Amino acid sequence: MELTTVWFVLIAVLWTGYFVLEGFDFGVGILLPILGRSEVERRTIVKTIGPVWDGNEVWLLVAGGATFAAFPEWYATLFSGFYLPLFLILLALIARGVALEYRSKSDSTRGWDRAFFWGSLGPAFLWGVAFANMVRGVPLDADHEYTGTLLTLLNPFALLGGLATLLLFTLHGAIFLALRTTGELRLGASRTAKSLAPVTILVVMAFLLGAGGGGRPVWWTAVALVALGLIGALAATLRGRDGWAFTASALAVVAVVAALFCGLWPNVLPALDPANSLTVVNAASTPYTLTVMTWVAAIFTPVVLAYQAWTYWVFRRRLTGPSDVPVGPPDVGLSSLTPADGR
Amino acid sequence: MDVLDLSRWQFGITTVYHFLFVPLTIGLSIIVAGLQTAWYRTKKSEYLRLTRFWGRLFLINFAMGVVTGIVQEFQFGMNWSDYSRFVGDVFGAPLAMEGLMAFFLESTFLGLWIFGWDNLSPRLHLATIWLAAIGTNISAYFILAANSWMQHPVGYRINNGRAELTDIWAVLTNSTTLVTFPHVIFGAFLTAGAFVLGISAWFLLRKRDVPLFRTSARLALVVSAVAAIGVSISGHWQAQIMTEQQPMKMAAAEALWEDESAAGFSLFAVGDVENGRNHINLQIPYGLSLLSTNTLDGEVEGINDIQARYQTLYGPGDYRPVVGLAYWSFRLMIGFGLLAALLAAAGLWLTRRGRLPASRWAYRLAIAGIAMPFLANTMGWIFTEMGRQPWTVFGMMRTAAAVSPGADVVSVAITLAGFTLVYAVLAIIEVRLLIKFIRVGPHEEPSPEAAVPALSY
Repeated sequence: MELTTVWFVLIAVLWTGYFVLEGFDFGVGILLPILGRSEVERRTIVKTIGPVWDGNEVWLLVAGGATFAAFPEWYATLFSGFYLPLFLILLALIARGVALEYRSKSDSTRGWDRAFFWGSLGPAFLWGVAFANMVRGVPLDADHEYTGTLLTLLNPFALLGGLATLLLFTLHGAIFLALRTTGELRLGASRTAKSLAPVTILVVMAFLLGAGGGGRPVWWTAVALVALGLIGALAATLRGRDGWAFTASALAVVAVVAALFCGLWPNVLPALDPANSLTVVNAASTPYTLTVMTWVAAIFTPVVLAYQAWTYWVFRRRLTGPSDVPVGPPDVGLSSLTPADGR
Repeated sequence: MDVLDLSRWQFGITTVYHFLFVPLTIGLSIIVAGLQTAWYRTKKSEYLRLTRFWGRLFLINFAMGVVTGIVQEFQFGMNWSDYSRFVGDVFGAPLAMEGLMAFFLESTFLGLWIFGWDNLSPRLHLATIWLAAIGTNISAYFILAANSWMQHPVGYRINNGRAELTDIWAVLTNSTTLVTFPHVIFGAFLTAGAFVLGISAWFLLRKRDVPLFRTSARLALVVSAVAAIGVSISGHWQAQIMTEQQPMKMAAAEALWEDESAAGFSLFAVGDVENGRNHINLQIPYGLSLLSTNTLDGEVEGINDIQARYQTLYGPGDYRPVVGLAYWSFRLMIGFGLLAALLAAAGLWLTRRGRLPASRWAYRLAIAGIAMPFLANTMGWIFTEMGRQPWTVFGMMRTAAAVSPGADVVSVAITLAGFTLVYAVLAIIEVRLLIKFIRVGPHEEPSPEAAVPALSY
């Protein structure tokens, strides 16, 4: 396989990791005000992702860094072209990151919960907008500079893409919450998943079919897997099989990213005038850089996967509410071992 | 202001802001890991209490480093797309390595550390903080390798109008990286040392938890003293490498206008940039030659002469950085660093053999001393980045050619204002949280027997 192909696939893998993992983090943030009616419930909800959200977000940083290293032209055009949406995403990620870390350390959680909600909803929608534009193509000049405006990016198809990822991540988050909690919270999360699933299937399929994939068999396979995953997630949720439901919705997210990248290939950022498109060839780094980076990725990606998987294993137990999240003055975020502060 | 100026301000503000948190994270992670190791070894509850207390403050600070770090990575593409196109083949590699080798390690194991007190065996739990701390330190190496390449490009060739990597090993073992890394790391330990010392002094002044904070203060003083020595030695190496690799930066740092042998180290100068000379210049004789070349009569190049040479080399243009800024940021960096070092030395003397100083001023000075390394770090980065101007990649790409050609003034102004505002709000929140948790102080911790986690599943 060509090294450029390897790196195209690797970047797809990094985005897949990001959307599968931070996808449910976003969903959890969006569902926080809806499912968390009491402070105990809200704390439980936040705690389901407490140990892992930061590690999940690193997938984005590595996807960005890997794109910079392997396809500098893609990184440069994409990031400078999608300037304001990325700015909003950055603000949202700052807000939710700080909210997640500081919520438990503050006297009032209301403001942080709001920041967490909007900081999750914004990127969940905007990543869809960005990817819709990426697969559809954007106006680029011969120097690969983006020549459109913010409004070019907010076209109806892109908004459909935004809605698709928003629904997908919310559903994924609901299913994740059902898997990680018990009692009322789990029931509420399951109910949300059930009511979200049908509309999510419709919107996500409409988006993928609209994005197209040149009729490649592998693209059709990915789209079929999306449908299968989402329907499977609904079926498993209806039967109360949370583990299977989460596996199925994770599969759906994987397949969505796979379908999008299949549709993209061999471009990395198609231009409206095909002559100006960025491809895996004209956007790529030199074979030497790609070789070096392939070695690094081959050694470290499995290691990362192993320890991240281990983290999920360590925190696999369902959170049962009050006993897991001591109520009272602000928890210091270290553990339940520490008695509540006597401030 | 045009897009270039706005983008430069944005980069400067984001970087300086990000680097307020980073050194504290680097230094404090190791201190917390060390304290937890002491607890693991001795099972003395005071070490557990200290681990928890400093750990809390560490986490408050860490969160800010994380969120500002994302902006840091994205803005190369957003505001400096021509830079990214030109250097991506070389510069992207250490950045991607940083993500894959360091960020994952740091974030995943810190999550395990925060939430794993009950789920992991004490030994494994101790390993998680060390892995997070190691990740943090590795991350510094890669990002400094990337920055060093901008200061002193190695292991590349120019082909197809871009810099292409020819030797990754040369980039990772760049002489500039090898002297910059210890300088930054020792600076980080000086920062963490001053932070721990100042807060310990606050408790000692109020006679709260005296035995606990006597231990903290002593630890901080030792860390600071070692770091101060390390930062000076590595700074000296750095100055020598800089004289050789970026003579203009060194000349500007010294307001040295003409080539000179037996050059003095300037303490205070009032310069005349127009005419390329100083009105007033108070010097330590031979100081600069000694600092830059290790000999009393070594030749050090001056701004006017370098400018003339660069015009022959790179074509017409002004190759001088803002001399006043380079001169004063360099001096202030050294000055604030020296104050932190003096404080550590005085503190070690005053606390010898378990003593505590009687004068309240000693404690107040230690509290005020927290600011010194932060100021020194900031000045250091302003110096090293502004001193490289007009280049963004030394000798290869000018900053004016690096900016995103498609960026419009309004968009960049919006993001500059937006980020600055958010940073300001977050700074207030962070400081308030730190103060709040400092006031709360260390908790009582259960006895070690009770801290053995039950096998709950």
